[in-house]
Amino acid sequence: MTNERLQHMLDAAQQSIGPILHGTLLYTIPISLISFAIGLVLAVLVALANLSDYSLFNKPARFFVWIIRGTPILVQMFIVFYGLPNIGVVVEPFPTAILIFSLNEAAYNSEILRAAILSIPKGQWRAGESIGMSYAQVLRRIILPQAARVSVPPLGNAFIGLFKSTSLVTLITIADLFGAAKLVAASTFEPMTVYVIAALFYLFFCSLLSLGQTQLEKKFGKHAM
Amino acid sequence: MLTIRNLHKAYGHTVVLNGIDLDVHRGTTTIIIGPSGSGKSTLLNCMNLLEVPSEGSLQLGAYTFQFGPQQLLDAKTVRAFRQKTGMVFQGHHLFPHMSVLENVMEGLVIVRKQNKADARKKAEHLLEKVGLRRFVDKYPDQLSGGQQQRVGIARALALDPDILLYDEPTSALDPELVGEVLNVMKELAGEGMTQVVVTHEMHFAREVADQVIFLDQGRILERGTPAHVFAQSRSERVRQFLSRISHAWREDNAERRANAHSVI
Repeated sequence: MTNERLQHMLDAAQQSIGPILHGTLLYTIPISLISFAIGLVLAVLVALANLSDYSLFNKPARFFVWIIRGTPILVQMFIVFYGLPNIGVVVEPFPTAILIFSLNEAAYNSEILRAAILSIPKGQWRAGESIGMSYAQVLRRIILPQAARVSVPPLGNAFIGLFKSTSLVTLITIADLFGAAKLVAASTFEPMTVYVIAALFYLFFCSLLSLGQTQLEKKFGKHAM
Repeated sequence: MLTIRNLHKAYGHTVVLNGIDLDVHRGTTTIIIGPSGSGKSTLLNCMNLLEVPSEGSLQLGAYTFQFGPQQLLDAKTVRAFRQKTGMVFQGHHLFPHMSVLENVMEGLVIVRKQNKADARKKAEHLLEKVGLRRFVDKYPDQLSGGQQQRVGIARALALDPDILLYDEPTSALDPELVGEVLNVMKELAGEGMTQVVVTHEMHFAREVADQVIFLDQGRILERGTPAHVFAQSRSERVRQFLSRISHAWREDNAERRANAHSVI
């Protein structure tokens, strides 16, 4: 490798850091956090609807999970961003990303929560009911807190998956972590350098998330029976 | 005080309780015995309405319930009624994510909407009573089986029930832990608590029971004082069952009896 080539790579690396950091802070992190939060709230509702005995609730919940899980995120995003304008509905890139990722998190995480709720022994329901608690009280005070701790590892997994999947928003014109890298790679003709840097960025943040997950597990893992 | 008439419970075509009549008087202890599958636990669960009977009636204090295919129970009334009937489970079913104190306070704070300071005082008093005052800040997984079960009793007592129901409270315990639980129950009986206990602890039954019920295939085959049921039953089925139980029981009897009088 010549000195000149090395210099070129270093220049590209230097040029890429700013835009990539900008894309991470402005898009990748906000899209991940907002979608996960909205998705988690929806996931609780979908899981409960799914577990309900009433087909008025469980049928729509199952239909929703079926549609979302059965179609690729990228295709859903293209339908909303490029498809809907065809029928006169224009959705901006950022809201499109939030919408699609929230719905996907809701669908997948609802299954995690459903399994977690089912894993809590029936005796816990009975114990709560035996002291006169209502369904909602047992759920809120007894079942969900225990289901939450069971769900920490798979939800942590889901969040890491989400963080990486947000790179798809590049394809609906958002300059997120990967989108910014793509632009710099094109202008510097150093895709190798720039994409490796992008990968290192993802690796760094996912490692942070893993650490956070371990801490949460420790905190919640106490006194499990 | 508790009056049950013609109680039936069926799951589909499987009949579990087949016409139970039972009176439990205030301040007495009733022991329910019988082979597994005889409907003992179902009967107990019906008394707390964790299971809703298919037919018959149940009356406790001011509460009267008629059961039948057309009878819908009001959820609110059921919840109020359950507070009057404390339940102690075989597997204790303590809330693992709450401390011992929080387990006992839960019903007071969440169901009764009592303020935390009062609830705490009451919970501490009840834990004192079952000999666990020192353990208030522990979690259920840090306790022995006998201690867990005593917390379960304190939790059931928290709402001042008119009657305490025990579903095989000692059968999941190591033999040496049985005594401490039975002692608490004995003490409660002495204080005039009304109790219904599904158990095979014959020694306990003999000592504490005012009434023994023998259940078989969803019917009451024999009822009376312990002396009557244990010694004078005319039913071959009852005598057979008792001799089998006492045989198995005699084997670890010595150890248990030693503990039953030494703990707490």
